[in-house]
Amino acid sequence: MLSLTLAGLELRNPIMLAAGIMGTTGESLKRIAESGAGAVVTKSVGIEPKAGHSNPSMIEVDCGYLNAMGLPNPSYKNFQDEIDEAKKGGVPVIASIFGGCSLDFSEIAGALQADAFELNVSCPHAHGYGAEIGTDPDIVEDVTRAVKSSTKVPVWVKLTPNVTDIKSIGLAAQRGGADAVVAINTIRGMAIDIESGYPILGNKFGGLSGRAIKPVAIKCVYDLYDVLDIPVIGVGGISDWKDAIEFIMAGARAVEIGSAVGNNINIFSEISSCMEAFLEEKEWTLDEIYGMAHEV
Amino acid sequence: MKPVNAVITKIVDETPTTRTFFFDTSFESIPGQFVMVWVRGVDEIPMALSYENAITVQKVGPATTALFELEECDSFGIRGPFGNGFELRSEHILLVAGGVGAAPLAPFAEKASLSDIAVTTLLGAKTKGELLFSERFEAAGKLLVATDDGTEGKHGYVTQLLAGIKNYSQIYCCGPEIMMKRVLDMVVPANAQFSLHRYIKCGLGVCGACCIDGLRVCKDGPVFSGDILKMSDFGVYRRDECGRQVKL
Ligand SMILES: Cc1cc2nc3c(=O)[nH]c(=O)nc-3n(C[C@H](O)[C@H](O)[C@H](O)COP(=O)(O)OP(=O)(O)OC[C@H]3O[C@@H](n4cnc5c(N)ncnc54)[C@H](O)[C@@H]3O)c2cc1C
Ligand SMILES: Cc1cc2nc3c(=O)[nH]c(=O)nc-3n(C[C@H](O)[C@H](O)[C@H](O)COP(=O)(O)O)c2cc1C
Repeated sequence: MLSLTLAGLELRNPIMLAAGIMGTTGESLKRIAESGAGAVVTKSVGIEPKAGHSNPSMIEVDCGYLNAMGLPNPSYKNFQDEIDEAKKGGVPVIASIFGGCSLDFSEIAGALQADAFELNVSCPHAHGYGAEIGTDPDIVEDVTRAVKSSTKVPVWVKLTPNVTDIKSIGLAAQRGGADAVVAINTIRGMAIDIESGYPILGNKFGGLSGRAIKPVAIKCVYDLYDVLDIPVIGVGGISDWKDAIEFIMAGARAVEIGSAVGNNINIFSEISSCMEAFLEEKEWTLDEIYGMAHEV
Repeated sequence: MKPVNAVITKIVDETPTTRTFFFDTSFESIPGQFVMVWVRGVDEIPMALSYENAITVQKVGPATTALFELEECDSFGIRGPFGNGFELRSEHILLVAGGVGAAPLAPFAEKASLSDIAVTTLLGAKTKGELLFSERFEAAGKLLVATDDGTEGKHGYVTQLLAGIKNYSQIYCCGPEIMMKRVLDMVVPANAQFSLHRYIKCGLGVCGACCIDGLRVCKDGPVFSGDILKMSDFGVYRRDECGRQVKL
């Protein structure tokens, strides 16, 4: 009862793994697929291998996490085997990719075989990549169009909340031909060690994820649903089935889960079965609650 | 949890390459669990707790070298403890320690001997001076030693001592992966636990950098039963900071 078609992909349920979480190796992606996720998104891969920022690269803060991994990845040239291994999990594998310009993005999308691409134009702490691209509507439109013309599979664009108006970026992705948008990536943040005055993250600042960002993400999804014709995929702070329902009511066709996987690797099957029970009890369908908050 | 400030109270030179840093904070932990040690401005690296209030560090690269430059009253940050730790089961146990792999096994030997468990330790190092924590293992039970250059005990690898030992029901192993792989190949896998080394970034089970066959060394490990490792990449390849496979 949770199955759906999302921008051309058949999903057994709308609960997916977010980019950058257990997504570097084929086996870890397969493990998440086997644990009940509807689809898995890989770590963002770029042109060249990257070691990422120095540690600490992720810490726990009140109500969430701060991370500045710095897009560590083996390069797309070493990644097809990982995707192929992940495919053995039996669910769609979405390759998250990043680059410094539209040529980078289309080079990668043209070379990798995946069920869909998620364009990371939203990493808040990678210089020259990510959000430095994703805050400019013209570049987002250009990158999306370039990827669309180099691949036949669906293209999702992952948006940063670190903008004045996320709707304009979503609309730009749609103009560029995106099949869906994903909202949100992490929110810029920082923590300082008061014993020494040192910023704690190796990169000094990073992105906030987890519980704390859920209300921000819900509002972004709500706003994007209003203005877009393409589906919105919700991500940010989901840690149980109620959070997932909330996102769908805000207008998310599906959701992704990141940080919460750390403490609960079984979260995908747990959320699916609780969601099913909730819908049954309420005598609602997934379609009926989709965007419900806009109709009441 | 943000890093806790740990002020160094005492520094002990254990071997020419290894130092123990005692600090003013104690951590309740299961031997085999680890902490993330933040050398401010340099890096944050995983370290076993060799005592409830100490880490024992081998100098190998930038972060450990920076640690060696610290003195008493200096401080570093600590997050943790993380991971699962060794599971103490059975009445007669065998520890196999290679090099700085003795760091998590010494407190484990002490814990076991306090519970009246018979502990035999096979301790290996390159040379006599690099044997770490011999007195602690000796005090906790029986100790057999091997050195690569024959300056103490058996001349050869610690795994060569293993062949002669029969009377144990569970093995606990920590050391270079090639050595641990040799141990795994010599014993009943289900009766052995191994503490793994992979590149650890988040330490929280989120980022996946330390995964081996889908298992997170920082969260599902670092200690794994041999029967799990038998089918895995263990002893074959690891991954570098970028996530690329590297042959061992
Ligand atoms: C669970 C666990 C417990 C450990 N316990 C101890 C201990 O008690 N005593 C001890 O001396 N060493 C221990 N180590 C190893 C220690 O973390 C590395 O020696 C240290 O990170 C080296 O850092 P460096 O900058 O000095 O050297 P580098 O030159 O940066 O690295 C030397 C080696 O250490 C590895 N390394 C570097 N950074 C990390 C990282 N973030 N995570 C994992 N490996 C890394 C590198 O891959 C390389 O193989 C442990 C490792 C793990 C995974
Ligand atoms: C450790 C970590 C690594 C991440 N890496 C990526 C990445 O490579 N690409 C990307 O688009 N988003 C990345 N993200 C962002 C997540 O996919 C997600 O958008 C964000 O964490 C919010 O969701 P959450 O609150 O469920 O974690 C990362 C997040 C974390 C915590």
